[in-house]
Amino acid sequence: MSGTGPRLNIFPTRMYVVCFDMSKRSFAILHSCAHGQDFTFDPFRALTTMKTKLKGAQTGHSLLKRKSEALAKRFRVIVQKINEAKLKMAKVMQAASFSLTEVTYITGDISYQVQESAKTAQFRVRTKQENVSGVMLPAFECYSEGSNAFELTGLGRGGQQVQKCKETYIKAVEMLVELASLQTAFVILDEVIKVTNRRVNAIEYVIIPKIENTIKYIVSELDEQDREEFFRLKKVQGKKKKDAASAEEAKKLLMEQAAEVGQSPEKYEDQAADVFKETEDEDVIF
Amino acid sequence: MTANYKDRNFVAVIGDEDSVTGLLLAGVGHINTQQKPNFLVVDAKTPLSKIEETFMEFTKRKDIAIVLINQHIADLIRPLVDDHDQAFPTVLEIPSKDHPYDSEKDSVLKRIQRLFGE
Repeated sequence: MSGTGPRLNIFPTRMYVVCFDMSKRSFAILHSCAHGQDFTFDPFRALTTMKTKLKGAQTGHSLLKRKSEALAKRFRVIVQKINEAKLKMAKVMQAASFSLTEVTYITGDISYQVQESAKTAQFRVRTKQENVSGVMLPAFECYSEGSNAFELTGLGRGGQQVQKCKETYIKAVEMLVELASLQTAFVILDEVIKVTNRRVNAIEYVIIPKIENTIKYIVSELDEQDREEFFRLKKVQGKKKKDAASAEEAKKLLMEQAAEVGQSPEKYEDQAADVFKETEDEDVIF
Repeated sequence: MTANYKDRNFVAVIGDEDSVTGLLLAGVGHINTQQKPNFLVVDAKTPLSKIEETFMEFTKRKDIAIVLINQHIADLIRPLVDDHDQAFPTVLEIPSKDHPYDSEKDSVLKRIQRLFGE
């Protein structure tokens, strides 16, 4: 390794820059870099974050699923009620029509008079809200305001019939209002259930797999890093062993040479003469 | 959606003479400050465009909570009624004296049946 270039793997622990890739919607490890740079990112921390996220997504999923089930239960009750109310409505309206026919028979046609005298509504509704698993369901409530606008209708004859008819119709309208609140609840619940189910599915099929993939990726990257580290250590150890062995050998050689010198100085002189001829010589390590 | 539900106080009616008379007798009739009534009497001579216009007006008005419409009239403007999917105002189809109630045609019941796949 030359001293001029950037030395990336100078530290034993490699740090990775993990960034969120918007196009692939996944984490990608850009490149490794050394300590002390502010864009470094700890893969262990990323793993912990991801695991927390996964846990959150799973909790959210189960909660939303329970909400959706609670709403669906409510929804079925409402649908049943609507069906019943619609059947009842047919009967009530029939009775109301009949009482109006009675009025017409006795009093004559009052429709013109009634339509002309309608100025302000006596029969009104107000909306109150009911909370079902966090969904505000409106419910209509009737109340009457002001005086009866038709007090004089049928004064000549049939006044009693007119009042009776009025009461019948008020009852009918009350029923209709009840039905209307059921229907409104139906429409709103339908919408909310759709949204909730969409969310449940999004978490189940998109978000959780995505987080799991990311965790898998980080884990595999960490494993590889471990293997790399292990291999590197093995290499270093091997190199150290080799160095030690060659040092040992050289030492031995030196000892032998020294012994030879002691036994036969002539031979040593020969060798000494050879030193100038030979180009290569073994390293002597002390 | 529910921001202005508190202002909705009235019940609007589109129907034949008898239905409207009966409901007005119950006291739902109201004429607002712009001299617009919240009811429409439909007879054989009422043009379709008038019914459509009134229905649109009632569903857009902010003070109406419920729109009652006779089923045979709703049949005339069926696409409009089926398209109305807002929670407010609620469109409710009611039977009339001359036309028996047919639950097969009701837009809400149709939706229920579609949902449960029946």
